[in-house]
Amino acid sequence: MIQVESLHKRFGKNVVLAGLELDIHQGGIFAILGPNGSGKTTLIKTLLGMVIPNKGSITVMDSPVRNKWKYRQDINYLPQIANFPGNLRVKELIAMIKDIRQKPSNEQKLIGLFGLEPFLDKKLSNLSGGTKQKVNIVLTFMFDSPLIILDEPTNGLDPLALIRLKELIFEEKAKGKTFLITSHIMQFVEEVSDQIVYLLEGKIYFKGSISELKTKTGQSNFEHAIAAISTHNNHD
Amino acid sequence: MPLRQYQPTTTMIKILKYSFYDLMRSRWSYVYFLFYLLLGFVLLFLNNELSKAVITLMNVIIVLVPLIGTIFGVMYYYNSKEFTELLLAQPIKRSSIFLGQYFGVAGSLTVSLVLGLGIPFTLYGLFQSNAIWDFSLLLLTGAFLTLIFTAVAFNIALANENKIKGFGYAVLAWLFLAVIYDGLFLMSLIVFEEYPLDNLSLIATMFNPIDLSRTLILLKLDISALLGYTGAIFKQFFGTNLGLLMSIFMLFLWTVIPVWRLGYVAKRKDF
Repeated sequence: MIQVESLHKRFGKNVVLAGLELDIHQGGIFAILGPNGSGKTTLIKTLLGMVIPNKGSITVMDSPVRNKWKYRQDINYLPQIANFPGNLRVKELIAMIKDIRQKPSNEQKLIGLFGLEPFLDKKLSNLSGGTKQKVNIVLTFMFDSPLIILDEPTNGLDPLALIRLKELIFEEKAKGKTFLITSHIMQFVEEVSDQIVYLLEGKIYFKGSISELKTKTGQSNFEHAIAAISTHNNHD
Repeated sequence: MPLRQYQPTTTMIKILKYSFYDLMRSRWSYVYFLFYLLLGFVLLFLNNELSKAVITLMNVIIVLVPLIGTIFGVMYYYNSKEFTELLLAQPIKRSSIFLGQYFGVAGSLTVSLVLGLGIPFTLYGLFQSNAIWDFSLLLLTGAFLTLIFTAVAFNIALANENKIKGFGYAVLAWLFLAVIYDGLFLMSLIVFEEYPLDNLSLIATMFNPIDLSRTLILLKLDISALLGYTGAIFKQFFGTNLGLLMSIFMLFLWTVIPVWRLGYVAKRKDF
């Protein structure tokens, strides 16, 4: 599904990705973890073609990414910070994205699921952070695409919405979809993910299941295992 | 397979449409439109003659249209950053996003200009007068200046992450072309007055869209006699059909090059 080969990216003098290699097969939920500034968002943005790598190649569903855009038709992306044009209404934003994507969509079901009906006629600049994130989720999940990328999906969500989000993720996973998720909430990661991809200093430091990670670090608690893997490196 | 539309041009038109509606809904487009409407009526009321009103109007348009294009271009680019980021993750070609937004801004400004001035002049009997060609040329150069300066502004904004810097550079670019360029030009004429400068002044005029527009309109209005000897040389060149075509071609180049560069730079930028 995704092949990344010796990916390099620098922003000025700051090296963010240093020869990253990644191979992700179809189906399942992959959590991309790593300390702040380890290159998670940059990796996701290179997959989406928003950041252009200095070196290396990326293939998404057998299509090379460089200077291409059609492959994004098969990706649903939830950006980290839900910034929308403020003078649009929620309804208009949804209609606009539908118009651009030209794919069948099931936004009605999702609007009901997250209780967004009262906000449809409100302007996006007047919504709270959590409500914006719900709109963000509706926009991401309303199309049927094989690859779904979620950057900090739990941001600002209330407990009920969080439960709905998890149900939604499992429902889509059951249909054979592939997820890439970044999150700082380890409990959420442990609940949903099948595989952990741990980034450190612009490279993949660990890739495997949660139980493999626990064995490797000798920790029984996932959160401690993640903490251990970062400190472990410092002693190298 | 679901129905999928992949044509980049149709997506560009969609982006253009959304940007255009977005701007048409904003207060500033109306302020701009009403300003021209008022200006048109006041000038016609004061001048009582179409051709004289056209001259006064030219002086306003030549300076104001580029300024408004510059400011609107920069402001729109920075204000629609979130919209742009949302679009970048969609299956859309990058150049469609930026060109769509650009034509949305430039288009709505041009509509405000043409309608704002067109309405009062039409009501005053423009179509029955022989000033119609002068007036059309005025609107044509106004449209070109809008396209040119909005494109320059987009280029500057794209190169500067910092809003204040981008805004500053854009206003400087306008100031240079609208005021400083003429000053330098005049000074060089004084310094090198012993030499024949006819061709040099012709060329210098060509390289500034504001000067080019002004010369084009002045000569069309046939008041070149006021310009003395240089005026005669200019008349010889700009007054002919070749000169007119050449000038419009130069304005066209001034539009195409920044627009092309916009697409080129946008393709290579990280977001």
